[in-house]
Amino acid sequence: MYEVVAREEMADGEIVSNEILAPQIAKKAKPGQFVIMIANERGERVPLTMAKVDKEKGTITVIYMVVGKSTRLFSSIKVGEGFRDVVGPLGSPTHIEKKDGTVICIGGGTALAVLHPITKAYFEAGNRVITIVGARTAKHLILEDEMRAVSTEFHICTDDGSKGYHGFGTDVMEQVIAKEKIAEVVAIGPVPMMKYTSSLTKKHGIPTVVSLNPIMIDGTGMCGGCRVTIDGKTKFACVDGPEFDGHQVDFDGLIRRLQAYNLEERCSDNEYCKLND
Amino acid sequence: MEFEKEVKYLTKKERRKIPLQHMPEMAPEIRKDCFDEVTLGYSLHEAQMEAARCIQCKDPACVAGCPVGINIPKFLEEIVEGDLDSSIDTVWDKTALPAVCGRVCPQEIQCEIVCVVGKKKGVEPVAIGNLEMFIADWARASGIKNNPAIPPSTGKKIAVVGSGPAGITVAGDLAKKGHKVTIYEALHRAGGVLLYGIPEFRLAKDIVDYELDALRDLGVEIKCNQVIGRTIDIDELLEEYGYDAVFVGVGAGLPNFLNIPGEDLNGVFSANEYLTRANLMKAFDFPNVDTPIIAGRKVAILGAGNVAMDAARTAVRLGAKSVNIVYRRTRAQSPSRHIEIHHAEEEGVNFHFLRSPIEFIGDASGRLVGVSCQVMELGEPDEGGRQRPIPVGDEHQYIDCDLAIIAIGTSANPLLTNVTEGLELNRWGNIQADPKTGKTTKDKVWAGGDITLGQATVILAMGMGRDAATSIDEYLKTK
Ligand SMILES: Cc1cc2nc3c(=O)[nH]c(=O)nc-3n(C[C@H](O)[C@H](O)[C@H](O)COP(=O)(O)OP(=O)(O)OC[C@H]3O[C@@H](n4cnc5c(N)ncnc54)[C@H](O)[C@@H]3O)c2cc1C
Ligand SMILES: Cc1cc2nc3c(=O)[nH]c(=O)nc-3n(C[C@H](O)[C@H](O)[C@H](O)COP(=O)(O)OP(=O)(O)OC[C@H]3O[C@@H](n4cnc5c(N)ncnc54)[C@H](O)[C@@H]3O)c2cc1C
Ligand code: SF4
Ligand code: SF4
Ligand code: FES
Repeated sequence: MYEVVAREEMADGEIVSNEILAPQIAKKAKPGQFVIMIANERGERVPLTMAKVDKEKGTITVIYMVVGKSTRLFSSIKVGEGFRDVVGPLGSPTHIEKKDGTVICIGGGTALAVLHPITKAYFEAGNRVITIVGARTAKHLILEDEMRAVSTEFHICTDDGSKGYHGFGTDVMEQVIAKEKIAEVVAIGPVPMMKYTSSLTKKHGIPTVVSLNPIMIDGTGMCGGCRVTIDGKTKFACVDGPEFDGHQVDFDGLIRRLQAYNLEERCSDNEYCKLND
Repeated sequence: MEFEKEVKYLTKKERRKIPLQHMPEMAPEIRKDCFDEVTLGYSLHEAQMEAARCIQCKDPACVAGCPVGINIPKFLEEIVEGDLDSSIDTVWDKTALPAVCGRVCPQEIQCEIVCVVGKKKGVEPVAIGNLEMFIADWARASGIKNNPAIPPSTGKKIAVVGSGPAGITVAGDLAKKGHKVTIYEALHRAGGVLLYGIPEFRLAKDIVDYELDALRDLGVEIKCNQVIGRTIDIDELLEEYGYDAVFVGVGAGLPNFLNIPGEDLNGVFSANEYLTRANLMKAFDFPNVDTPIIAGRKVAILGAGNVAMDAARTAVRLGAKSVNIVYRRTRAQSPSRHIEIHHAEEEGVNFHFLRSPIEFIGDASGRLVGVSCQVMELGEPDEGGRQRPIPVGDEHQYIDCDLAIIAIGTSANPLLTNVTEGLELNRWGNIQADPKTGKTTKDKVWAGGDITLGQATVILAMGMGRDAATSIDEYLKTK
């Protein structure tokens, strides 16, 4: 068992953070990598990014949005209890270097959990980092202080204007691009947001990194379920990614494949909610 | 055919009259709806009758045909004699997994094809595989495990990477020599393809679990959720963890795709994904388990090997209305075991030979609705003498399907080999290892099974595991 040593709820419990004892994984983890976790005997394999790693304590932290049966089950695990399985670190780490120019880190929703360690690594590598974070409402904004601490410049946007700029992060990004030379954009969030961001940066010729989250099973390149089309070629996101060049990703294909089990998943979640009512 | 006396008292002449004892099987109409094993196993009497068909050759061809050289006439005669304890020991002497081999070995091209009894026209060879299954099942039912007295600990430590048949064999053999063995497995359950690939109806998973328990009884530790090359590297195993040797048996788990248009439509799977969902994740029990699977009403399977048959028969059990195997060559050229094709046909699977898939067709929402195939015919033989399929003009066949499963083989997964220095690969990405000993180009590292052979068989993986264990043991003695 992999014990949960700390647990936190955000956005009225819609987003949950678990700090888990997994020294072996913590020792090896690098920004951009993920783990696959299974709640119990009957559980499915769920990929989640490591939002924080404490090598001394030997813990990893995952932050997830409660969207379906498995994440709902995860959110019910209490401190002192644990997960049946946690495997990792998986995926290729982010390629971090000192850039010749500013790096924009843009993201929204729970994806800030994925974006935070990458932003931190860019910042610590000595880059000028402009961070643009978005959320539906002020309540849904996570990791605000943590993100601010690793940014040279920090912008908040909300869809309803309850905090910061009223509108999309990409509007702010356009303003930043107009003012200074941007060496790279790291965009992590819902697929439509990454798609839109990549199309903007392509126009400006700015290299862009996105992190893809197709449905996965093994996470080791064995099943091919996580395949995505990059520059017309088939790649496995779990080993070749999850980060790819945003200008080469077939986002529409990814959106389609993410819906493959919608019907089945809703059925599973409904059953689970009925049982727990 | 019945005799008054016990089988062991039959004369040679009487023995020769015994007809082939057919393996009892569950009826197709019943088994189509469940995942229970199709073969039901011989009774003791049936086993003795079948074993008595062996004429005890002095220079047995069957033994030469078995990749691990099981003393077949000896274990068969011990069954006839009713000395089952000795019989299972004879089998264990050469294979660690007889219950598995008896079920899944391609006997018809190994030990049985050369059996002299089968040389006579119209007479079937001795059913060696079925008898191996019988004796192994008897041992399991009696709670007998293959764990001889272990010599005192040598103090040497070996890490085995991968828990498939190759890894299981190496681990067992080395533990029996008094070494401390730890298996590192990437998935959350051990067993390799025996667990995640070969379906329950062909190899019940409690058989695999029993064998793994027997390993644990020998003191072997099995650690799951350990992706070597990610969680730990081979060099770390050798240097930080202090292992004296490492065996790599990671299989050939990288699915090949057809690289034709439409392959990313929803409803197109690799056989690995489909079978992993069904077997390892038990998706057939969804929503009682959390992993979903697309059941498929009309299913197309691309390819015609063992893996294709397993996928097809799994689809039947998940409730498909029609299951169609599409293969670009002919029935005779199919690499599958005949018994698998036979079982698939009995279960209502259709076969389309000389059809080569060229495009998957989807609807507006990106769901698969069909696969378009080029009609083929056999052309000139290639260097290997095998006739190559060639297109017949632009004749096409369209096959309706909402689920397509690509079963055209697997290649070496580069996850581990990419990050391990000093491990030389061949041009297909398989690890280069000495064919006799399994020694790789890297110091203290051996390899075997599908990662060295490409996709092969259970018994070959085991055989290589055994050779590697011998070589590792010899190496450890010199230290
Ligand atoms: C590399 C990677 C990293 C991820 N990191 C995070 C993270 O840090 N925080 C976070 O909240 N989410 C993350 N996700 C997404 C997360 O895995 C899914 O939200 C989760 O699997 C949903 O499971 P569920 O049963 O609760 O919901 P479901 O009802 O099963 O599904 C809800 C949605 O999640 C998607 N999904 C379902 N199963 C999977 C799966 N096995 N793999 C990927 N997506 C799936 C589906 O598209 C579906 O629309 C990541 C995904 C990947 C591939
Ligand atoms: C569906 C199917 C049906 C088959 N039917 C037959 C049949 O009827 N008869 C027959 O003889 N053969 C059959 N085969 C082939 C046979 O199963 C294989 O040849 C055999 O299992 C190979 O054994 P192995 O030990 O080399 O590897 P595998 O059985 O592939 O086991 C390798 C193990 O290593 C693990 N692993 C991989 N990478 C890592 C890593 N980096 N770190 C840790 N662990 C790792 C894997 O998860 C796996 O558990 C079939 C194969 C399939 C897929
Ligand atoms: S291991 Fe395979 S080849 Fe050898 S005797 Fe058994 S069934 Fe035949
Ligand atoms: S070849 Fe056939 S008859 Fe001869 S020993 Fe082997 S099984 Fe018996
Ligand atoms: S998750 Fe199976 S290959 Fe990537």
